[in-house]
Amino acid sequence: MITLEKSLDKAAILNVTRRSFLQEALSASAFVLCMTKSPLLARAARNGIPLSGTIAAGSVPTIDATAFHPSLFLGIQPDGTVLIVAHRTEMGNGVRTSLPRIIADELDADWSRVKVIQGDADTQYGSQDTDGSHSVREFFDTLRETGATARLMLIRAAAQQWGVPEAQCVADPVHVVSHKASKRTIGYGELAAAAAKQPVPKKEELKLKSPSQWRYIGKPAPGYDVNDVCRGKPLFGMDVRVDGMLYAAIAHPPVLGGKVKSVDDSASLKVKGVKQTIPIDPFTPPHQFQPLGGVAVIADNTWSAFKGRDQLKIEWDNGAHAVYNSSEYKKQLQETARQPGKIVHTLGDPDAEFSKGGKVIEAEYYAPHLAHASMEPPVSVADVQGEKVTVWLPTQNPQGVQEEVAKKLGLKKENVTCHVTFLGGGFGRKSKPDYAVEAALLSKKTGKPVKVVWSREDDIKFDYFHSVAAMYIKAAVDDKGMPKAWLQRSVFPPIESTFDKDAGYGSEGEMALGWDVIPFDVPHFRSENGKAVNHVRIGWLRSVANIYHAFAVQSFANELAYAAGRDPYDYLLALIGPGQTIEAKQPPEVASEYPYDTRRLRHVAELAAQKANWGKKKSGNGWGMGIAVHRSFLTYVATVVEVEVDKSGGVRIPNVYTAVDAGIVVNPEMVQSQFQGAAVFGTSLARTGEITATNGVIDQSNFHDYPVARMNDAPVHVDVQIVESSAPPAGVGEPGVPPFAPALCNAIYAATGKRVRELPLTRNGFA
Amino acid sequence: MPERCTYLFYLSKSELLEQMQLAESRCRIGANSPDVSTKDVPMVHLKVNGSAQTFDGDAEMPLLWYLRDILGLTGTKFGCGMALCGACTVLENGKAIRSCATQMKQVESREITTIEGISTHGPHAVQKAWAEVDVPQCGYCQPGQIMQAVSLLYSKPHPTDDDIDNEMSGNICRCGTYQRIRAAIKLAAKERA
Repeated sequence: MITLEKSLDKAAILNVTRRSFLQEALSASAFVLCMTKSPLLARAARNGIPLSGTIAAGSVPTIDATAFHPSLFLGIQPDGTVLIVAHRTEMGNGVRTSLPRIIADELDADWSRVKVIQGDADTQYGSQDTDGSHSVREFFDTLRETGATARLMLIRAAAQQWGVPEAQCVADPVHVVSHKASKRTIGYGELAAAAAKQPVPKKEELKLKSPSQWRYIGKPAPGYDVNDVCRGKPLFGMDVRVDGMLYAAIAHPPVLGGKVKSVDDSASLKVKGVKQTIPIDPFTPPHQFQPLGGVAVIADNTWSAFKGRDQLKIEWDNGAHAVYNSSEYKKQLQETARQPGKIVHTLGDPDAEFSKGGKVIEAEYYAPHLAHASMEPPVSVADVQGEKVTVWLPTQNPQGVQEEVAKKLGLKKENVTCHVTFLGGGFGRKSKPDYAVEAALLSKKTGKPVKVVWSREDDIKFDYFHSVAAMYIKAAVDDKGMPKAWLQRSVFPPIESTFDKDAGYGSEGEMALGWDVIPFDVPHFRSENGKAVNHVRIGWLRSVANIYHAFAVQSFANELAYAAGRDPYDYLLALIGPGQTIEAKQPPEVASEYPYDTRRLRHVAELAAQKANWGKKKSGNGWGMGIAVHRSFLTYVATVVEVEVDKSGGVRIPNVYTAVDAGIVVNPEMVQSQFQGAAVFGTSLARTGEITATNGVIDQSNFHDYPVARMNDAPVHVDVQIVESSAPPAGVGEPGVPPFAPALCNAIYAATGKRVRELPLTRNGFA
Repeated sequence: MPERCTYLFYLSKSELLEQMQLAESRCRIGANSPDVSTKDVPMVHLKVNGSAQTFDGDAEMPLLWYLRDILGLTGTKFGCGMALCGACTVLENGKAIRSCATQMKQVESREITTIEGISTHGPHAVQKAWAEVDVPQCGYCQPGQIMQAVSLLYSKPHPTDDDIDNEMSGNICRCGTYQRIRAAIKLAAKERA
């Protein structure tokens, strides 16, 4: 018998982490025994035990422990039902459809017989941290191999049963193995038990399909859960109900790092339904993912908890961050951006080029803090029973929930069970498990399951905000207006300040989000970064630093075009040049698979402009088009925005044309949705998105003063062209966002002659 | 206050100011007078999805929390608490209302229909259209969007683009599914014709 360690290729296929059990299994009963390690079987063990009063009723099928479980991600039931685990988070990104379809394709499974099961937090799955647009990219190969492994084991089981050569058996049509010569077929369900006894094939034995054989990859599919969603089924964290559960609302310190000086809860305790109030300790800096502290009001329903919280009389010690005033802070950032900063990347000798004299063009840009404002505010249910904790919540980071809850409660991570619900939007906010820790602390104190519900005001005032940023760019141009030298400097409070309170410079990762290099053919270049002091929690928001970096670079490119007296699209192509491989700061393993190839960027620019009929209509008199290009999360995007601007500055966006090259695309339908949505997300941030602070307190609180795009001010039509590509899959959820704001602002310039250098539009007389 | 509040078409200016004052007072924790309602209130009678219900709790409790926490009908979503986002939309006697800004004392003798109540005999035409167009991304706002669309099609079986914009702009979708929502409403109107 071959030992598992010898036969498996851990890096290639995560499912083999359980091959050891398989290989050691000498009998069916041993096999089943060992399989209790499978998370699918863990779910089976819970059959009959409702997750909660109502959540996801019926969504966990009865799982037969004797069935074929060739992978952590996959099980085939004797009745032919194929169970596939979605181990990453569904928040509109479509992973509960795209990831299972990768397995189903290589398995040749009938999609209508696939049941998708949401994976709990489990390190066996590998990364479950659903951000950075890498779900498909990171797991594409693993999931294909998972499906192919199971297919081969089924085929071998059938071949043995029939006594025919394996090579004569095929998985065709779906869900059966056929022996064409003898016209015999047998279903996957019937084969499950025999397949389970097959040795696990080596990776070299697998026959992955060629792209032309794909049934599901690259073919549009509706969301797996669309019917449940449209029927209002209890799918979301906000919908979790556990027997005996209490509800909590928390009065957080208005200023980061603030502490309770005194609290009078007498009026609060008189509110019908309020049970008690519980202080939550302030965090020890750095704040990381710790709760903010404050006072919790515990009640028997959400409304009473909110109402009780309104009645608290708290005197706060606001602490050091009460100095934060956005208007003053803006001046500091802008001043820093005017001074030499830390060098990020240099090409050629820009200083020598600038010192030669000649025409220099410079500009400053500014973009404010943003709040995530997902439709479902943060919410979490926790049940602490002795040394064990169960948490139900919408999270992008299930294993992070385990870690943070365990750390705060002084427990082992393995003792924290984290059930992942659907997310009512995430956008990066729900990567931070502070609200899960709050629920766990309160459950421990009350001895009962507790549901912490954040109001919209909590969500907006106490977010992990997208960074405010000031940028300065200058270029020395030749007599044709093309840049010979380019210097750019950005200043923003970095994400690292959430983990190190003294951090002031952007990390290499943030610099790689559209700042270390530019996709233009400029021989002398330097990017710099200045230091910024931080006063609020900074976090990542859909596409992160790309938002302000693309805004500055793509606006500046547009400014150079007009300075040169050229059409902005033609000029942009000239800036990109014929195309090259840019030396970007990427990890070597990424760079080898995903070189930064500006030919692909040029191609999407051409596609978008062509679809938009660029140049066919004269800009001006309140009508215009703008274009911007950007590569982020390894995906190349070009966006053309068409605007109509009325006399009072009202901006209408009748059309957006986006072209995207994301390599191999698993579900084009979902890619369409993501890019349509990115245009709306971009509209929100560009038109009205602005978070400010006065004396450390966030000024905005709800959708009246933090407006987001609605149907009547969102783009009317978003056209998305997806480049057919055989390049490895790249990101999809985020890359649509960065080019939108500069394309919009460039369109407004074309329409009105007014340059927007500071976001949002409402700061510039537009609305 | 934003200068351009046209998207809050369903609120008069005075109603909007009232909502904003409410929001401001919420943000000043402890600034309220201790006006708490512990006094007994009369029983509220209503129908929810055709079933008669009575409620003797806090008469100021928004219908939203009654539906979600008391009845366990969690299809109706909490988004803003101020009638600004429409995630909580339900039908009151057939017309869309914001359940987060409707107190229990205001629904005496009313018939309330939630997302759970429109598909008792299979999916509603609007739900079918929503699935056909594959509208949802995260899906959280969609029950509210669907209830608003049901209300729209009830009053205007063949809505124009402007009708759709006007009726639907009170419902926020942060994922940005508006283009598909418009398409789905048109499809539902066509299917019902």
